[in-house]
Amino acid sequence: MKNISEIRADFPILSRKVYDKPLVYFDNGATTQKPQCVIDALSSVYTSYNANIHRGIHFLSDLSSEAYENSREKVRAFINAGKKEEIIFTSGTTGSINGIAFSFGERFIKPGDEIIISHLEHHANIVPWQMMCERKGAVLRVIPVNDAGEIILEDYFKLLSSRTRIVSVTQVSNAFGTVLPVKEIVDAAHAMNIPVMIDGAQGIQHGIVDVKALDCDFYVFSGHKLYGPNGIGILYGKEKWLSELPPFQGGGDMVDKVTFEKTTYNELPFKFEAGTMNYTGAIGLSAALDYIQDIGRENIASREKELLSYATERLSAIKGLRIYGTSKNKISTLSFLLRDIHQYDTGMILDKMGIAVRTGTHCAQPLMNRYGIEGTVRASICFYNTTEEIDILAAGIEKVKSMFA
Amino acid sequence: MTINEIQDKIIDEFSLFDDWMDKYNLLIDLGKDLPVIDPKFKVKDFLIEGCQSKVWLHPEFDGSIISFTADSDAIITRGIVALLIKVMSKRTPEEIIGADLYFIDKIGLRQHLSPTRSNGLLSMVRQIKLYAMAYDAIKK
Repeated sequence: MKNISEIRADFPILSRKVYDKPLVYFDNGATTQKPQCVIDALSSVYTSYNANIHRGIHFLSDLSSEAYENSREKVRAFINAGKKEEIIFTSGTTGSINGIAFSFGERFIKPGDEIIISHLEHHANIVPWQMMCERKGAVLRVIPVNDAGEIILEDYFKLLSSRTRIVSVTQVSNAFGTVLPVKEIVDAAHAMNIPVMIDGAQGIQHGIVDVKALDCDFYVFSGHKLYGPNGIGILYGKEKWLSELPPFQGGGDMVDKVTFEKTTYNELPFKFEAGTMNYTGAIGLSAALDYIQDIGRENIASREKELLSYATERLSAIKGLRIYGTSKNKISTLSFLLRDIHQYDTGMILDKMGIAVRTGTHCAQPLMNRYGIEGTVRASICFYNTTEEIDILAAGIEKVKSMFA
Repeated sequence: MTINEIQDKIIDEFSLFDDWMDKYNLLIDLGKDLPVIDPKFKVKDFLIEGCQSKVWLHPEFDGSIISFTADSDAIITRGIVALLIKVMSKRTPEEIIGADLYFIDKIGLRQHLSPTRSNGLLSMVRQIKLYAMAYDAIKK
């Protein structure tokens, strides 16, 4: 494995300064920084082979179409999906979930049907289902969490019923970092023939995801949280589902024959890819996946585990600091509050010291309400962070404490 | 003092500090010194909800002068609220409507009043002006 200085040198932004101080970037849960190879891949599309995909007869269009389809294959291999046709490019996790919620609702949901999500969900895995429930007269059921920020599995089993049509849960909580027992969730649902969608936005970047082993019916994630460009995301769906679902967007490329009387749709995966897709983003994502494979996903996971454990130890030692989300099975995230100091105040002062964290509800208001808080400060770590940066964060937090004493 | 005289005074006061830390310490102190808003006004009707912090703003109009009391749940926001109150409270509607708030920018706190930072402050400034326009209309 590359050593940490070599890894950091791959990410040009990490050497910049903010307010004349070295950038300490702990907002990786919101978006990750990009290695030079991703930046180069994007630049090379525009400098050497930019052309719209799938419809040109010309040389450049062939090149870009081929690169786009190679990216699809690379994503397939990365998550170990069975077929390329099961990989749909979208605008991101939010786009993927909205698409599935819409199409699944149109095809399968009747009044009184139930959809199960968890209390740990990001708004992106709540609101699209709520919108669908309103449209179809269905009911949203929520798996509760315990004080440690873990879902209560027994309560999930009780929620599963003959009325349940789909389960949609996150793989990792964006606010707390809790890892959900997704395999158990999938197996229990499948025992009752209920499909499961996994929101992998916070999961895929931290280890190995194998959709075949997991056997989930849908798996979605974003490129930009995986060291790739923003505006590109993935919707994986088992072929049997994707063939049955209607498209969620109409337009060019997704059609077979169009007349004013009737339109027939293109085959998978193109049925779900209307209009000019973000092929540049897909090609950038492909470069990011190469980079991750090169570093090694096991290496990333073990390094991040060490960093989280060091950060937990350092921050827990700070008097008056309370960590939210204390599951033993956590990834890369430390959500905390400092005494009665408002998270915005903490975040503002840390920012002035060059430390980027996120503050607020983390698009998980129901979860914040569950703990009776208005938000937290969230430091989200990834493999290019260092123990020295964690020390800077700890010192920064002490400084905040003294300023608001 | 006019609105601009107070703004210039605040700019002078902040210009004594080169270090951001001193500026923020001053803001924190200003926040602590902000006269307490009557708890009965800390309700939804007077709440300006930002994504990051909340601001409560209550106006009182005696027929010629508008007085504001305000509060925030975050101390740094509270410090800036205190400055805005210093500048904008106990003024006629005309003064408020015509005010050009340049001091925030000059003291290097522009980021707090930026639309990209949802802390309730930008909405507070808009709300102050809206109250002034409403009272101005009533007066006429």
